Amino acid sequence: MAISDIAEFAHLTPEEIDELGKEFDQIRRDIEGSRGEKDAAYIRRIIGLQRKLMVAGRATLFASAFPPAWVAGTAMLATGKILENMEIGHNVMHGQWDWMNDPEIHSGTWEWDTTCPAEQWKHSHNYMHHTYTNVIGKDNDVGYGILRVTSDQKWHPANIGQPIYNTLLALLFEWGVALHDLDIEAIRKREKDPVEMKRQLKGIWRKVRKQVAKDYVIFPALSGPQFVSTLTANATANIIRNLWSYMIIFCGHFPDGAEKFTEEELENETQAEWYIRQLFGSANFNGGRFLHILSGSLGYQIEHHLFPDLPSNRYPEISERVKVLCEKYNLPYTTGPLYRQYGQVFRTLMRLSLPTKRAFPEPQPPVRQSKRARPEELRNYNGPIAPQSAVA
Amino acid sequence: MSSSTVERIRSVAARITTPLLPDDYLKMINPLWTARELRGKVIEVVPETDDAATLVIKPGWGFRADYAPGQYVGIGVDIDGRWHWRSYSISSTPDSNRDTLTITVKAMPEGFLSEHLVRGLEPGTIVRLALPQGEFVLPDPPPAKILFWTGGSGITPVMSMLRTMDRRGTMPDVVHVHSAPTQDQAIFRDERLALAERHEGLQTIENFDDEHGILDVEKLTKVCPDWRERETWVCGPAPMLEAAEKHWSKSKLGKSLHIERFSADLSASAEGGHVTFSKSEKEVDLDGATTLLEAGEEAGIQMPFGCRMGICHTCILPLKKGVVKDLRNGAEYQENQNIQTCVTAAAGDCVIEI
Ligand SMILES: Cc1cc2nc3c(=O)[nH]c(=O)nc-3n(C[C@H](O)[C@H](O)[C@H](O)COP(=O)(O)OP(=O)(O)OC[C@H]3O[C@@H](n4cnc5c(N)ncnc54)[C@H](O)[C@@H]3O)c2cc1C
Ligand code: FES
Repeated sequence: MAISDIAEFAHLTPEEIDELGKEFDQIRRDIEGSRGEKDAAYIRRIIGLQRKLMVAGRATLFASAFPPAWVAGTAMLATGKILENMEIGHNVMHGQWDWMNDPEIHSGTWEWDTTCPAEQWKHSHNYMHHTYTNVIGKDNDVGYGILRVTSDQKWHPANIGQPIYNTLLALLFEWGVALHDLDIEAIRKREKDPVEMKRQLKGIWRKVRKQVAKDYVIFPALSGPQFVSTLTANATANIIRNLWSYMIIFCGHFPDGAEKFTEEELENETQAEWYIRQLFGSANFNGGRFLHILSGSLGYQIEHHLFPDLPSNRYPEISERVKVLCEKYNLPYTTGPLYRQYGQVFRTLMRLSLPTKRAFPEPQPPVRQSKRARPEELRNYNGPIAPQSAVA
Repeated sequence: MSSSTVERIRSVAARITTPLLPDDYLKMINPLWTARELRGKVIEVVPETDDAATLVIKPGWGFRADYAPGQYVGIGVDIDGRWHWRSYSISSTPDSNRDTLTITVKAMPEGFLSEHLVRGLEPGTIVRLALPQGEFVLPDPPPAKILFWTGGSGITPVMSMLRTMDRRGTMPDVVHVHSAPTQDQAIFRDERLALAERHEGLQTIENFDDEHGILDVEKLTKVCPDWRERETWVCGPAPMLEAAEKHWSKSKLGKSLHIERFSADLSASAEGGHVTFSKSEKEVDLDGATTLLEAGEEAGIQMPFGCRMGICHTCILPLKKGVVKDLRNGAEYQENQNIQTCVTAAAGDCVIEI
């Protein structure tokens, strides 16, 4: 579906769209102008907490044969890994903290605690997914090349197995992410450049080797006779992290109300329309501060997609302003409790394993002709202090 | 422990801390126990004059104490969540028995960082450090006849040289001419006079501008008539350095003159333009006075840098498209040339590869 076909959007005139774009720009400028000590202290505190959790978790697992220690150690390790991947790694690699001018907390140098090499993640995620958000055929996050997540994707008999693929993807999410930038779809269609593929595989292998050695060989071996219990603890922590990040990430773009788009929509897209696509394509979920931090602030998926490189601790305040804009321009702001958002995702996934004509819920017919900005208006729009990662 | 043993232990330990380094955890115990980014702890801030202070810094792991007298270090200071970098000459003498080094900073009017260093820095503050560098150094052993000509805060690298010769007992025939606006503002005055007392070969001549008027080249050659025979080190305000350069090169003695600049005269102006940092995918609109280095850092890019004033060439980056202008002299650089980002600004739209 294209932006101009979406009923909620069609009531806006080109002038209003333009105006809305400027309001989003203003939010960006305000936040950029007020980044400072408090924000820096926030990320340093989270990093400090995460490292303490890791040390405590690993240390506790030196007594992993003792069941309470196994449970406590696994819990700390899982929480540490979740924090590292979600609130720290993901956001740092977006460049949210680059303004601190600190090479130790910088998108150019960060490597995260998972099997996916940071460099490949930054390409598939920061660039492809955040620029071409929800554009079928461009954004590989639409179903990750193995799932049918919208009725706009054609049904294939293999989709029958979707409930199984979904479960496997959730359990092995880390590995799915590691292989993601290879672009399974392109490999299947034999469009992949073999030289590039070899280079990527090498990068993945180097990273995987280190991660696997640490969690499944060295730490178990260091705990001596408790080799097996430490190994199961580490594996469990990794799986808990996988399930959690899978769920949070699936709640970003697959609940009801998060729209998909077509490649035609990208043509002549203005900065303002890009903002609107991010708004329509993303879904939030509600929760307390603790839940949001554990989710890498992706409960603010809408804000994150509008401003992927603004510091995550500012999303709550950005969200207040975005909601006001949505009300003012009469636009939807998709959110709900986490269980409901995931419930919708799960239902959609199950339903789409079978051939359906249309996604759930039934779409409305286009209300009226699109009111796309004319080319001269595009030129006059002197917006983008663009989300930087989106500048292709 | 030898440094290769340390490296071996570190790389073994990194297997369990991957993707982090052991340093990332150790610095939680002591902020100086990391060599990932060089750090130092400010032990003491000693006032020297009304507007200058010496910072005693204890460097952390990875910092080599074997600097040459006259070299400078980069100091990064966290102000409001952001790291800001400047260069400062080391004023202490390299001494393997000491685990601190000192820099001496003069607060510049309207100066962003120097004000803070002199008046706002609490002992215990952790700063970032860049390794010592610079060509303005005293050879060991020193030449037989030396002239030091310093002005204001330009005393700092020379103080390191004097202290070094004092400590090593290698003080040759030295004439030191130092200018300051007033006697009260003369940095290290007591120590310099005491050194002159102790070393027969060291003659210290002071000039207080408010009292005696500016000491120019002509006056200098009067107070030190045998200047031609002396290897000379000059450090001070820009006009003084220019005068020295001119005079020595006119006399075909350029080879025996060493100069250290604390600031480049970036008064030329460029047109400004839209600048793209290609690999980082960042774009900014720049005026003609902002250097590309500042602009890149402001945009959050990890720009390479050293002296930040056009002497060390650490900041070199390829200019892929467009034209940039050197703010020192107005020289233009075209695409596919390497440019010094710390002294150049956009002259129209351009693309820089980083
Ligand atoms: C190799 C080297 C060694 C050095 N060693 C020393 C040393 O030993 N001791 C030392 O004190 N310094 C030294 N410096 C200089 C030091 O690096 C800084 O440049 C200096 O401290 C000024 O920094 P700042 O941030 O305070 O000034 P900045 O804010 O960077 O300003 C630079 C200059 O511009 C002026 N200025 C700023 N804002 C304005 C304005 N709005 N209007 C008019 N003028 C303005 C300031 O007065 C200052 O003179 C050295 C520099 C180099 C390159
Ligand atoms: S940083 Fe030294 S020349 Fe630019």
